[in-house]
Amino acid sequence: MATVDTGAFFDPMYQFEIVRILPLTIGGLDVSFTNASLYMVAIVALVSLFMIQSMRGRALVPGRLQSLAELSYEFIANMVRDNAGSEGMRFFPFIFSLFMFILFANMIGMIPYSYTVTSHIIITFALAITVFLGVTAVGFVKHGLGFLKLFAPSGVPVILLPLIIVIELISYLVRPITLSVRLFANMTAGLVIMKVFAGFVLLLGVGGVLGMVGALVPLLFMVAFTALKVLVAFLQAYVFAILTCIYLNDALHMHH
Amino acid sequence: MEAEAAQYIGAGIACLALIGAALGIGNIFANYLSAAIRNPSAAPAQFPNLLLGFALAEATGLFGLVVALILIFVI
Repeated sequence: MATVDTGAFFDPMYQFEIVRILPLTIGGLDVSFTNASLYMVAIVALVSLFMIQSMRGRALVPGRLQSLAELSYEFIANMVRDNAGSEGMRFFPFIFSLFMFILFANMIGMIPYSYTVTSHIIITFALAITVFLGVTAVGFVKHGLGFLKLFAPSGVPVILLPLIIVIELISYLVRPITLSVRLFANMTAGLVIMKVFAGFVLLLGVGGVLGMVGALVPLLFMVAFTALKVLVAFLQAYVFAILTCIYLNDALHMHH
Repeated sequence: MEAEAAQYIGAGIACLALIGAALGIGNIFANYLSAAIRNPSAAPAQFPNLLLGFALAEATGLFGLVVALILIFVI
């Protein structure tokens, strides 16, 4: 991809660059503290600060910050209860942390010149594989080897069974990939589109009065698209959390 | 044909995945609207499901984008 001639300024992929802040190697393994690590630490600190600070007063009639915290708590609690049953509430802290982490990561990425950690497949894949392994472990702990019946739904003719088992197995194993790629692709695509249209604005803007008028079109599109991206940033965190609930429900109750 | 040209053609073809995403998103909103007009009182309860369906349908189109990105940047 020859984008060197236009410089890093116009390269839509430049914003995803990982920079080593604190180079560190342990046993030939590169474990440098990068800007991605910095943002993840900042996100965890921000979420913790938000939750602790907002609930410090423990007022009966909540203030602005406290109602925001209570709102997010209730929102996720209802979602877990609706989708995974009251048994799933044991896993509520995990799903709540997951949701808040992804939501803050996506929202911080909306700030210009900041960095979106969820636009890296390795980070979303790490989250997804944690969910996948955890849910599978929950299923086996709860049902023992009976959990394997998940792949052979009842009421299927015996002749079709081998085919169904293969399909079910593939659709189960592909879950961490679709879960991670969904989040990663949404964030990456949004950021790339923003950058490309910002490039259009600049390229048209230097072309005299007519160009400046023409530049208004991509500019207006960018304003509208920013609004859509805020919605998507929230929606993807929600989708990640709700799919975790649905997978958890499969493992806990196994009805198909 | 040069290999690089084939890469770009493949990336372009991968964008056809957006047809499916567009159909899916249109389908979801059209069905939601027609159902909401028939029974407006039940509509707000299904709004979260609408957004979930929208996000799921949109994401399938973006898988095509991932294929395009892999073709251009990885291979």
